[in-house]
Amino acid sequence: MPSPAIHIAPAPHLFGGALTTQRMMFDVLLALVPVLVAALWQFRLYAVIQLAICMVSAVAAEALFTAMRKKPILVRDGSALVTGAILAFSLPAKAPWYAGAVGSFVAIGIGKVIFGGVGQNIFNPAMLGRAFAMIAFPAALGASAYVVPDSPIDGLTHATPLTALKMLGQSTGLLPLFLGATNGSIGETSALACLLGGAYLCLRRTASWEIPAGVIAATAVIGLLVQWFSPVAGWTVLHELCGGALLFGAFFIATDPVSSPLAPRGKFVFGLGVGALVMLIRKLSGYPEGVMFSVLIMNALVPLINRATIPTPVGGPVPAKKAA
Amino acid sequence: MSQDGPTAVERFLNGIIPENPTYRQILGICPTLAVTNTMESAMTMAGTVLFVLVCSNVLTSLIRGLLKPHLRILVFTLTIAAFVTIADRFLAAYMYDMSKVLGPYIPLVIVNCIIIARCEICAAKQGVWTAFMDAVGQSLGFMLGLMSIATIREILGFGTWFGKWLGWRVIPVTAPEHWSTWVIMILPPGAFITLGLLMGVMNWIEAKHSARAKKATVAA
Repeated sequence: MPSPAIHIAPAPHLFGGALTTQRMMFDVLLALVPVLVAALWQFRLYAVIQLAICMVSAVAAEALFTAMRKKPILVRDGSALVTGAILAFSLPAKAPWYAGAVGSFVAIGIGKVIFGGVGQNIFNPAMLGRAFAMIAFPAALGASAYVVPDSPIDGLTHATPLTALKMLGQSTGLLPLFLGATNGSIGETSALACLLGGAYLCLRRTASWEIPAGVIAATAVIGLLVQWFSPVAGWTVLHELCGGALLFGAFFIATDPVSSPLAPRGKFVFGLGVGALVMLIRKLSGYPEGVMFSVLIMNALVPLINRATIPTPVGGPVPAKKAA
Repeated sequence: MSQDGPTAVERFLNGIIPENPTYRQILGICPTLAVTNTMESAMTMAGTVLFVLVCSNVLTSLIRGLLKPHLRILVFTLTIAAFVTIADRFLAAYMYDMSKVLGPYIPLVIVNCIIIARCEICAAKQGVWTAFMDAVGQSLGFMLGLMSIATIREILGFGTWFGKWLGWRVIPVTAPEHWSTWVIMILPPGAFITLGLLMGVMNWIEAKHSARAKKATVAA
């Protein structure tokens, strides 16, 4: 049958067919390039190994589980690649192979396909997989797993900045934190790379700017208060923002369009919640960093946020339905 | 009393797979989640439930003519509590370590819904032999449910199967860069994940089974 001559589609027409899943996922991968460059500079081949393990496992898991559900295999939309990449960037450089592999299978299987595939999951798949791997293999992903004392790579021989701050009360210089010459998860070390990639994502509107804005605003305000009331020598609100996985999480993890709220106002609230929880976990819990748990907790609150932030359409609020 | 309701053999077979307490009735989920991280504790729990369920079903069936409808739940609970106390003291006396591991979950067998449900559904209405077979069948079904979950959790979480009693090691001990046990499988989340996935498998098997049965009837 020939396709109709007049293309009919529901509004809005502004984006047409441009904003496809494939394009969005490709954008994310492109935005991860600066992060990858920083990771290569800091962690050398470890970054490549983790990326390869996670992306291959994620794609294999996607193919396996969608085949089990007898659904068309949508590996080509790239969402599994993005999940695998983000999971890999959130692992320690020397994480054993099974941490990434099991994490990817859980991320795709339990995090995504079990809910009905791409677009249906309620939790961020990569963070779900990482949480599973972290609880399953605490020795491989805990704070102590980041330190490799006899490594030829200089960065790996020190504790991560947030662990050093929490356990030893040591501060790290702002410039290493900004450029990424510190220890940490593969993708999180360089604030500069995350800002570059994040700016690209926001300009392309693949990620909504409201979410990172909310995360950074909440962290900055709470960081200022903490700095005001219980100062640590050499540790300011800027260190708080550049340290840990905050920027990586704000731009690449929290902005997952599936598991974040729909309306702009809701997205900002979501970001604020993530930032506040990150600071809560950093300051008052046993964990040095809390982006993963914050994003997962806020994911669980998304339906509530969505209900509370239904936007008013142009022309005033929708009148309540009269009882028939 | 007239012999209505399923026969003893039907009751026995129903309990094992078609009305499996764990996967079909979804009863007794608290011990299912709490004590299935090793085969030993799962088998001890299943044995305790077997003892308590058989005794209370038989006793309830014997006194079913005396039950007053508005007091029956109270009588069931008291009957069950008596046998649970016996089991609890027995374990504390002869299997002290296991009793420590299971902690409050042995006394909590009193509120295990499987037992009170069997008293209500079967024992209060049918004869002693039927009630006995029903209790054995349901307990075996419960044991199967616990064993299936505990097998997965112990193998992934500890790398062993009956590790404390028989010392069978399924996954060899390796260096941490090759393989590691999954701590999450020992913790409660592992129980929820395993139970959910296994229940999905059971539903899938049953869906396949009923589809084949339907096809067979159509063909006939």
